[in-house]
Amino acid sequence: MYTLTNVSKTYTQGKRTVHALKGVDLSIGSGQMVAIQGPTGGGKSTLLQMLGGLDRPSGGTITLSDHDISTMSDGRLADVRAKEIGFVFQGFNLIPTLTAQQNVETALEPLGVSGAERSRRATEALASVGLADRGTHLPNELSGGQQQRVAIARALVKEPEVLLADEPTGNLDEETRDEIMDLLEGLWRDRGLTLIVVTHDSAVARRAERRLHIKQGTVREV
Amino acid sequence: MFFTYLRRELAGRRRQTAIIAIGMALAIALVIIVNSVAAGVKTAQASVLESVYGVGTDITVSQTPTPPEEGEEGDRGRFQFGADDGTTSDDGTTAVSQSRLSAGFGSSTFAASALDTVTGIDNVSAASGTLSLTNTTFTGEMPQFTRDGGTTDGAPADQGAAAPPQGGADGAGGSAFDVDSFTVLGLDPSADAIGPLSAVTLADGRTLDTDDTGADVAVLDADYATSAELAVGDTIDIGGTDFEIVGTVTSNSADAASASNVYIPLDVAQTLSGEDGNISTIYVQAASSTDIAQVQADIETALPDATVSTQEDLASSVSGSLGTASDLVANLGLWLSIAVLIAAFLIAILFTISGVTRRTREFGTLKAIGWSNRRIVGQVTGESLVQGLIGGALGVVIGVIGVTVINIIAPTLSGSASTGGLDAAAGGGAGGPGGAGGAGATGGGRGFGGPMATAAQATTDVALNAPLTLSVIAIAVGLAVLGGLLAGAFGGWRAARLRPAEALRSVG
Repeated sequence: MYTLTNVSKTYTQGKRTVHALKGVDLSIGSGQMVAIQGPTGGGKSTLLQMLGGLDRPSGGTITLSDHDISTMSDGRLADVRAKEIGFVFQGFNLIPTLTAQQNVETALEPLGVSGAERSRRATEALASVGLADRGTHLPNELSGGQQQRVAIARALVKEPEVLLADEPTGNLDEETRDEIMDLLEGLWRDRGLTLIVVTHDSAVARRAERRLHIKQGTVREV
Repeated sequence: MFFTYLRRELAGRRRQTAIIAIGMALAIALVIIVNSVAAGVKTAQASVLESVYGVGTDITVSQTPTPPEEGEEGDRGRFQFGADDGTTSDDGTTAVSQSRLSAGFGSSTFAASALDTVTGIDNVSAASGTLSLTNTTFTGEMPQFTRDGGTTDGAPADQGAAAPPQGGADGAGGSAFDVDSFTVLGLDPSADAIGPLSAVTLADGRTLDTDDTGADVAVLDADYATSAELAVGDTIDIGGTDFEIVGTVTSNSADAASASNVYIPLDVAQTLSGEDGNISTIYVQAASSTDIAQVQADIETALPDATVSTQEDLASSVSGSLGTASDLVANLGLWLSIAVLIAAFLIAILFTISGVTRRTREFGTLKAIGWSNRRIVGQVTGESLVQGLIGGALGVVIGVIGVTVINIIAPTLSGSASTGGLDAAAGGGAGGPGGAGGAGATGGGRGFGGPMATAAQATTDVALNAPLTLSVIAIAVGLAVLGGLLAGAFGGWRAARLRPAEALRSVG
């Protein structure tokens, strides 16, 4: 699925140069569930950005399903994100003015899916996360767990190859955390997704079949 | 999705939508009101000018008077009374009366050949020359002065030792003089399509026609006829000649007097005033309104000494409260609407940019899930455009209400066309002490009475009507669209610069 070769990323913060990733070599197979752990500022988020095509590395190459996403144009990269990568964020990141159903539909917008088809698929996706009856609710009318379920439905409605989750349970209580992780794990198993979860939480990380630890820009297997 | 998202955003962020729309609405309403009032003032000015220059006159040609050389008397002539003039009554009082017709004060005459020059210019469809004159009548009563009193040369009477003068206006040696004047316009009786008589309506009798050339006939302004107690069939003394009054006319403009008190055939006017072959104003009609500037330039070239004025130039000469309103609209109104418009645009732009900044995570997320930059910029621009249009629609409603209120109130403005020597001079006479017996009173601009200013003869009260045209509304809506697009462009530019990785930040 993913092959990272000597990937590095440097930022300049004022006069200081930050080496967020230092010569990372990594391969993630299709259908794997990978947890990425590490201290704050160790490079977790940077690695996730690289994997998600949200940013480009300063050096090295990243290939996703044989496409080199480290040198793609912004437009092509947006296209890859639209078709192949689903995102789940810590803060849910739903559009506050749109209903649950409409939020899910936003993921199909760049794919040029017709209105009726979009509606049907969004309804299905909401049902698959257990929110069939919450389609007309606005995000602020839903609990944190429900909001994250809507976000998961949004990530999965386009049937991506990869699901990237950035601290997906970071804003949730323990009970809800387990519900969400059960849901993600179930979807991963059922759909044969490649699921990559960045987390602080060892309880979450322990569920993954493969665990990576990133510290000071260097990745090691746990 | 585009419209759903747009509708949801505008409804969900009502405060921002309301502030942008209200700002835009006020600006648009102001633009509509100022534009309509400006158009109303322009129409009012045109109606004032019409009463002076006639309908269809595009350009007037005149000549600025040059001051007389030092030592010259000017060409105004003087009232001359010989020793035997006047009638002397039994008590020794001598009554004199004389009428003079001369070129109006503040105007200057020039050779009528200029009319041929103007007629020969390309795109001149009609031209007519007029001679504007003032008739001044001097009447007075003087006492009998005794020869040995030493007063014949005008020296003060009390220097002599002889008997005091007898008779006179008060019967005890006093004098009394009266000066009366009215304006006379000599015009070509065959040319009534252009010039002052094109803006009048016949009240009684008939107007001048081609057969009147060389005849001592006059048409009077109806208001003047009433005040002078004259009617059709009477005679009027102009420059010492009796003219038959054949008709009276009123100005087409409500409440306005016509251009002159008296109208007579041009050739008669020229002869009586000693201005043979001279005219004072040429009224020119251009073939079409687009030719006016070119015709004006051509006339200026052909007649370098002449003052060539278009209706546009003349509009600025309209004074009174109409002139004030015109200045107010042109200056305060224009700048105020520009300032408010800029403020509204800035408000829309700043609110849109700050809105985009607040939605950083939202747009970052949309980019992360694959929305293109163009799609997001389009969304932001669409929202701003609709906010602008809501403001525009609201502004049109407020503007229409404002204009309707103005039209219901219909403030009355009075306008005077101060013709500045272009046209017939009117004005009241002012009597002054004459010299002494037999010497004659000096006429003319210097020694005679006070300065007789070229008083405006057409003071018109016009009810201001602010017309609301589709083009004004179209301009207003266009401005609203422009404001929306500008705000959208800035907001979209800000949104386009957001990185999709922003979705992972500012977790809240």
